[in-house]
Amino acid sequence: MAESLLSFTDRGIYCAAGDFFIDPWRPVDRALITHGHADHSRPGMGRYLATGAAAPVMRHRLGDIAIDTIAFGERRQINDVIVSFHPAGHVPGSAQIRVEHRGEVWVVSGDYKTTPDGLSEPFEPVRCHAFISECTFGLPVFKWAPEDDVRAELNDWWRRNAADGKTSIIGAYALGKAQRLLTSVDPGIGPILTHGAVENTNTVMRHQGIALPDTLRVTPDMDPKAQKGALVVAPPSALGTPWARRFGPSSTAFASGWMAMRGVRRRRAADRGFVISDHADWPGLNAAIAETGAERIFVTHGYTSIFRRWLESQGYDAAIVETEYEGESLDAAEPEDAA
Amino acid sequence: MKRFAALFTALDQTTKTNAKVDALAAYFTAAPEDDKLWTIALLSGRRPKRTVVATRLREWAADRAGLPLWLFEECYPIVGDLAETMALILPDATRDSDRSLTHWIGEIRALAKLDDPEKRARILDAWDQLPKIERFVFNKLITGGFRMGVSQKLMTRALSRATGIDEPDLAHRLMGDWQPDSTSFESLILTHDPEADLSKPYPFYLAYQLDGGPATLDAPPGDWAAERKWDGIRGQLILRGGNHYLWSRGEELMTDRFPELARLIDHVPPGTVLDGEVLAWKDGAPLPFNALQKRIGRKTVPKALLRDAPVILYAYDLLEWDGQDIRARPFDDRRGLLEDVASGVPEDMPLRLSPLVSFDDWDRLAKIRDGSREHMSEGIMLKRRDSPYRDGRKRGDWWKWKVDPLTIDAVMIYAQQGHGRRANLFTDFTFAVWDGDQLVPFTKAYSGLTDAEFRKITAWVRKNTLERYGPVRQVTPQHVFEIAFEGIQESPRHKSGVALRFPRMSRWRHDKPLSEANTLADLKDMLAAYG
Ligand SMILES: [Zn+2]
Ligand SMILES: [Zn+2]
Repeated sequence: MAESLLSFTDRGIYCAAGDFFIDPWRPVDRALITHGHADHSRPGMGRYLATGAAAPVMRHRLGDIAIDTIAFGERRQINDVIVSFHPAGHVPGSAQIRVEHRGEVWVVSGDYKTTPDGLSEPFEPVRCHAFISECTFGLPVFKWAPEDDVRAELNDWWRRNAADGKTSIIGAYALGKAQRLLTSVDPGIGPILTHGAVENTNTVMRHQGIALPDTLRVTPDMDPKAQKGALVVAPPSALGTPWARRFGPSSTAFASGWMAMRGVRRRRAADRGFVISDHADWPGLNAAIAETGAERIFVTHGYTSIFRRWLESQGYDAAIVETEYEGESLDAAEPEDAA
Repeated sequence: MKRFAALFTALDQTTKTNAKVDALAAYFTAAPEDDKLWTIALLSGRRPKRTVVATRLREWAADRAGLPLWLFEECYPIVGDLAETMALILPDATRDSDRSLTHWIGEIRALAKLDDPEKRARILDAWDQLPKIERFVFNKLITGGFRMGVSQKLMTRALSRATGIDEPDLAHRLMGDWQPDSTSFESLILTHDPEADLSKPYPFYLAYQLDGGPATLDAPPGDWAAERKWDGIRGQLILRGGNHYLWSRGEELMTDRFPELARLIDHVPPGTVLDGEVLAWKDGAPLPFNALQKRIGRKTVPKALLRDAPVILYAYDLLEWDGQDIRARPFDDRRGLLEDVASGVPEDMPLRLSPLVSFDDWDRLAKIRDGSREHMSEGIMLKRRDSPYRDGRKRGDWWKWKVDPLTIDAVMIYAQQGHGRRANLFTDFTFAVWDGDQLVPFTKAYSGLTDAEFRKITAWVRKNTLERYGPVRQVTPQHVFEIAFEGIQESPRHKSGVALRFPRMSRWRHDKPLSEANTLADLKDMLAAYG
């Protein structure tokens, strides 16, 4: 049997015909990167290829790297294969990577979300023979509410806190989720303050032309109590620390897909949990997979064994691939910008 | 149901007591009378009976969601709550309705008389008109697992704010054998007639733990009466109108479980209410808790058990005397009257007086406390001599000064995930001691660690799983924990031959290597000394 177009190695997903890796977790010569999150975009690669919209954040995070960029939809030949990048709807610049070799097409999803969030380039299904899909939220209990409902809830919470003289502190990943919150809230309610990790990413994104509302970086010499009725956007790990206590009376919240489960919501000891995820929910995963037309599905990070069994019952040829991607992690011990 | 669901959400979204009381008080001011009554009932543990078996509900929910049952069963342990799992997987409601809480509880109770296909039709119809949180609340009610994270004390405070009635008075009105069907908000809360319910108990006064020892008390030894703390079942014995009623602290009527107490009707005058400890008792001394355990949970008692483990009420307070509520009188007065009552009861009757222990200073009392285990006692109770009998857990007048728990160092060998709040965390562990070079499991424990420690051990368990048995993981024997417990008894059901009371993890012994955990022989020595 001929070697398959993509194979799974201890360094990452490898394409022999093109001699490159996709989102590798060990140093390799040539890496195609789906998006800038730390678990997909790691240091130490000889050469990087990513979308023009993903590159600035990667440079910001990884420093001086040899990076080449590619536009969404652009076809490029690498050795014997043709590659192209297609919007994944996960964070700005995030892509699914399509690999074609002698008519055989594989797609690596990276992380993806099928519903538009007003910030990321909306997800586009790509026809293929084999699809490597994440399944972070691959259980039927995960069904995201319409974006407008969540925005209304979020603004309600902020508005009520502001009226009660409380600061609203929300924990969200510095890359992607934080900016999505910024473009979701109503800036008329009050000032928006940001943790340094969030503001650094904001600066990068503003530079590349992404419109974000005005924000104020929290610095040691700022008097946080002078910022009445503010919304503070910080990485989840900053909640419950002395950094967060400087704002005086406050209400805290997390924004994550995990907040769909009451038990997790209560364990996290925040006042509120908003179900806002950068990953596809159950209907999203199923629709995306169906739209690829693929017969072979490889599932990575998430509820892989359950999701594989489900896919098989639906007639797919499904397998689990062990990777070092991390899904949407909730615990403070994990790297704050990995998702 | 919208109003009730909003209350549920408000309570669920805060951990702050004041915010909870505010939400409840607002609800008790605005809700319709019958919904208020049902809310009080739910918050005081008077839940409607289950009318549908859980298995059917799971099947119907999975079916309605178009999912195979195995997938539902995979989701359930991850979510950790059946009602929530069903609420999450079901498709969105297509209709909207706003029927009351009382209406839906009526619906649920009406299911009892229906056959399965009819039940199914009714429930699918309900699911289709209840949006998310209302559906979750409905599922909680129908699965019989409804809890709102609000103590009866907080509810009473909120109700007091909404009605203007004093808290202690309300606490008393809420006691006893009422059900929403047998009363109304009006007659239970607003116009309360004590004669109407002869079985109605008084709220129990609960002691606080005295952590710093008696030297930290705000009054000298002479202001305090001391008794031993007994390891039985707290009970309130009511003798009124020629009948007797025995209530547990959890407001459960236990009269029929302890029929021997009926003999007291002839020796204690009507209009008497006693507070004390129900103990298994033989030959002038309490039997180990083990003996009493056999009586708990038995609605009818076989003759042999009555003979082997007879009970008495070990009385320590008098709440009603000559038909009068005397709770406001000082402890010393009540004690004097109690001694009078007890002196009129013949020796072979199942009522005794829990003796006061005399002491001059705290050192002397500390020595007496050291001998607690030999007296089958858990420590010392301190009661302020001039204090009234209060209700609920109130700091200041009653203190329990327990003996230090027994401890043993043990090795963790199995781990299991928790559920609900602790879903995704490993929280239930099995511990073992050495028997030669074998590790013998002897107890489970699931409390005592901080959330941070549970997260740490969870990460470790994931990486150190040797074998999986369903939800249980066998882990590399590596970590030693100090297990604290209140008592030890022989148990043929356990491989180790012993069973512990209230085991919990008191310390993670990072400092101890595996080899220094205790042995089965150490446990057997403890059994011989304290069992
Ligand atoms: Zn990821
Ligand atoms: Zn990601």
